[in-house]
Amino acid sequence: MAQETRVLLEKLGTPDLLTVKGYRAAGGYQSLEKALKEMTPERIIEEVKKSSLQGRGGAAFPTGMKWSFIPKNSPKPVYLCCNADESEPGTCKDRVIIDENPHLLIEGMLISCFAIGSHMGYIYIRGEFHRGAQILMMAIEEARREGLIGKNILGSGFDCELEVYRGAGAYICGEETGLLTSLEGQKGYPRNKPPFPAISGLYNSPTIINNVETLAAVPSIIERGGDWFKSMGSEKSTGTKLLCLSGHVNKPGVYEVVLGQMTLREFIMDFGGGIPGGRKIKGVIPGGSSMPVMRDEDLDVKLTYEDIHAAGSSLGSGAIIVMDETVDMVEMCLLLAHFYEHESCGQCTPCREGTRWFVQVVDAILKGEGHPGDCDLLLDICRSEFTSICPLWVAAVWPVRAFVTKFREEFEEKIRNGKYGKKDQPAAMAMAG
Amino acid sequence: MPSMRETCPEKVEDILRRFPQRKSASIPLLYLAWEVYGYVSPEAMEEIAEILGTSPADVEGIASFYTMFPLKPLGKHHIEVCTNISCHLVGAQPLMSHLENRLGIKSGERTEDGRFSLQSVECLAACAWAPCLHVNGKEYQKVTAENVDELLNSLD
Ligand SMILES: Cc1cc2nc3c(=O)[nH]c(=O)nc-3n(C[C@H](O)[C@H](O)[C@H](O)COP(=O)(O)O)c2cc1C
Ligand code: SF4
Ligand code: FES
Repeated sequence: MAQETRVLLEKLGTPDLLTVKGYRAAGGYQSLEKALKEMTPERIIEEVKKSSLQGRGGAAFPTGMKWSFIPKNSPKPVYLCCNADESEPGTCKDRVIIDENPHLLIEGMLISCFAIGSHMGYIYIRGEFHRGAQILMMAIEEARREGLIGKNILGSGFDCELEVYRGAGAYICGEETGLLTSLEGQKGYPRNKPPFPAISGLYNSPTIINNVETLAAVPSIIERGGDWFKSMGSEKSTGTKLLCLSGHVNKPGVYEVVLGQMTLREFIMDFGGGIPGGRKIKGVIPGGSSMPVMRDEDLDVKLTYEDIHAAGSSLGSGAIIVMDETVDMVEMCLLLAHFYEHESCGQCTPCREGTRWFVQVVDAILKGEGHPGDCDLLLDICRSEFTSICPLWVAAVWPVRAFVTKFREEFEEKIRNGKYGKKDQPAAMAMAG
Repeated sequence: MPSMRETCPEKVEDILRRFPQRKSASIPLLYLAWEVYGYVSPEAMEEIAEILGTSPADVEGIASFYTMFPLKPLGKHHIEVCTNISCHLVGAQPLMSHLENRLGIKSGERTEDGRFSLQSVECLAACAWAPCLHVNGKEYQKVTAENVDELLNSLD
């Protein structure tokens, strides 16, 4: 049976981990010391490239490459923004790092700031994480008192400040440009790209946005080397990944695993301890609510980014949501359609109108008021997927398209048995009957 | 009602000091208003507009964009129930119905005595410990229709 491999969560459970002293006693802040005193920014970026670390926020963009987009010798200040918005339904991993090992994130941010030439890092944390924000602010304050944040860190000559910024309830602020407009104090409207944030981001300055888990992986890469990190996992899915397992499993939780060691089904059955009541699985969303649902018969795919991608879905944020045979897939589709309708910022017509339309059509089907042809109508609406400012519209399209295609029989059955199902049959047939 | 600059000038100053551009202070100031007045009142938004050098309409637009800011007073115990997918799968709906029945209010409402307000919300990032709810921002995990009464009874 596959086991957890704890790297990011390794220190969890050691005493006083929320304090600098406790974190140091567990070996913390040694990577920062090594980075600042023995390495150049270029070397750090090289090491991160070597590790093949991919962003953990959902898009899996190579982190080292992203960092190298920052212009050299920028006359403007460079900013690092840590994305701690954690709002993709199913996702609850970043908070484990924030709540239980905040100094790991702080250490990762300081090293990353040094690597990209930044002296200011912001942690944009969702407003609902009251406790997490408090923990981070206290940890930052203590680190500042200990000379780990501020001027001349550890006597290295490097200056860096960190600051916590609380969001206030808006999924769209997890999208990186929405995050930036929010951090600038506006409504969190996403911006057109280009310009990309690495060129013109926060306050029109070069900015890197990285997920909490991405930044928390950096200290181990500095400590043990990019080759070591890459030696774990598959060719394209290196290191360890935090997976959030929720829904119909006996043991939901956040687990840290090396990808490629097991299939998606094995992960669900072994770590999740099977399905309550020994019921069958009907479907699984493998990467947070935006990713296409998979059917039970497709779950014997290797658990890596590339294999799940090849199977037509995505590991996304690493949130695996299990639905057993009792679940009504039309209802699930409606629930997610509602979510995206609620969270659309309304700037782009296809997204604003499309998310509304999804809700109307699926709601009608669920109520028994759907029309024959509604499935094709839904799939038709999906065709405008790449016409928006930000990927929220795509994120709304994928689940609807997947539910309708993979579980079409459930939609059609509701339509057939509904108010307009039989009536719309050709008149001749009705008369013949 | 005294202004925030009268009641807690140092907090206002501290917020303004933290950002290279003044406008970034808008959300922290809205939080401060919530803390000071119990909700984000029209007067508070006017004051924030003045501090930031923008219009009250602009501040109101920002405040209403973010779902967390209460534009009217909440109950003494503000209950937010996640009704998104992972919580839904393990009983968020019965939990919400139970709360609505027991409190006699719907999502978005406040009890007449002002003790409780109820709101269904999107994913709270506690999916692996579902169903989940917040009371005045404090998280409670694995709350069900069966065990929520115990929690309610413990609130004064
Ligand atoms: C609608 C939407 C919501 C998102 N929410 C989050 C989020 O909550 N946390 C996160 O880290 N990334 C989120 N992302 C991805 C970010 O835009 C961005 O890709 C990521 O933070 C980059 O960090 P990484 O390279 O370390 O993954 C979201 C993207 C979209 C389109
Ligand atoms: S795609 Fe949707 S959420 Fe994104 S900018 Fe356009 S309207 Fe807003
Ligand atoms: S779905 Fe309820 S906390 Fe995530």
